[in-house]
Amino acid sequence: MNQEEQVQLLGLWGSPFSKRVEMVLKLKGISYEYIEEDVYVKKSHLLLNYNPIHKKVPVLVHQGRSIAESLVIVEYIEDTWKTNYPMLPHDPYERSMARFWAKYVDDKVMLTLWKACWGPESVREKMVEEACEGLKYLEEELGDKQFFGGETIGFVDIAADFIAYWFGIAQEASGVMIMTAEAFPRLQRWSRNFVGNNIIKEVLPPKEKLMALFKAQFGNNAA
Amino acid sequence: MAKKEDSVKLLGFWASPFSRRVEMALKLKGVPYEYLEEELPKKTPLLLELNPVHKKVPVLVHNDKILSESHVILEYIDQTWSNNPILPQDPYEKAMARFWAKFVDEQILPAGFMSLVKAEKGIEVAIEETRELIMFLEKEVTGKDFFGGKTLGFLDIVAGSMISFCLARAWECMGIDMISEEKFPGLNRWIEKLNEVEIVRECIPPKEKHIERMNKIIERTMSS
Repeated sequence: MNQEEQVQLLGLWGSPFSKRVEMVLKLKGISYEYIEEDVYVKKSHLLLNYNPIHKKVPVLVHQGRSIAESLVIVEYIEDTWKTNYPMLPHDPYERSMARFWAKYVDDKVMLTLWKACWGPESVREKMVEEACEGLKYLEEELGDKQFFGGETIGFVDIAADFIAYWFGIAQEASGVMIMTAEAFPRLQRWSRNFVGNNIIKEVLPPKEKLMALFKAQFGNNAA
Repeated sequence: MAKKEDSVKLLGFWASPFSRRVEMALKLKGVPYEYLEEELPKKTPLLLELNPVHKKVPVLVHNDKILSESHVILEYIDQTWSNNPILPQDPYEKAMARFWAKFVDEQILPAGFMSLVKAEKGIEVAIEETRELIMFLEKEVTGKDFFGGKTLGFLDIVAGSMISFCLARAWECMGIDMISEEKFPGLNRWIEKLNEVEIVRECIPPKEKHIERMNKIIERTMSS
């Protein structure tokens, strides 16, 4: 691959945002150089140069130009490598709905799930309630489909990677059970399908490592 | 593709930058639409039916398709009516437009809000923090008429509705010279250029009414 084509990804091993981009690159069969940025320890000159605005990962570098914000990166990949494994539907309305739900996961659901597990006791109940409401909308949107994208993994599935994998581990580490099989059978089934996908499972960070990280950073709040 | 018999309705609110930006896009593309005003904070049964998830404006109804979230709506409009494109064709330029639009709503808006409501002690810091964020946009627009180049684009619509015709008015109410000519010549020129575009002028909340409303909100927020 020549210099012009080279794709680099600055990422963090445990970050669901970083992994979203890796998942898409791998699903589309795009070669890339991965550079681990331990942002909590030290931000490298490379990162500060490529993402001076947010100083966060993931950052994609392609043809010497950098792009930040995971879902913006995913759309860039989609627009640039048009042939393999489309992540978004062709129809403008379906495409918009995919963007809507991905935004919903990003803006509303992820934070409430996290706070439900690790937030202070005083707001725990409210956070759990909000988390359940968010998950209910997703449960309904998923319906009987295998993935949010239909028969194959799509934009919303990628955006919801945290829910499929990280959240289960966070619940186990914190002792707060929210996304149970009884309450959310479809999301449970979807999580298994997503995590079981041959390409996705190669990308996911090791469970034990995440568990240890969560417990160390947030403590063990077993009920 | 859109057809002549298309029905387009927009549920909006006169003072909402999110709602106004959708109007700008529709007008830019010459799409006829029926406007339905929501008298916020009261929410009509129609709004709750069309947007049960967020219960917010704007909501676009195109024939039987319902869309909410302004960025999502803007992209839908751009893809459905292909004249006067809002987003660039080039994938990198498109990504940059999306990145900066996100930045405006997710970074500048909350910081801008903080710069209005911080107590005496924190206000200077909040103002300076907001200026630092706005400086990123100054760099993006310098040397250009609009963020979109020679014509209005996605970022102009998002930043125009949010900054020039919403936050800027609030700063004016508070006597804060946030986007000074001296520090932000590019942005000041951009604001002038925006004001020259008829479509933009048609889609701005009327100034006096807007400032009156801003004053009430700021008062309420400060006293709570």
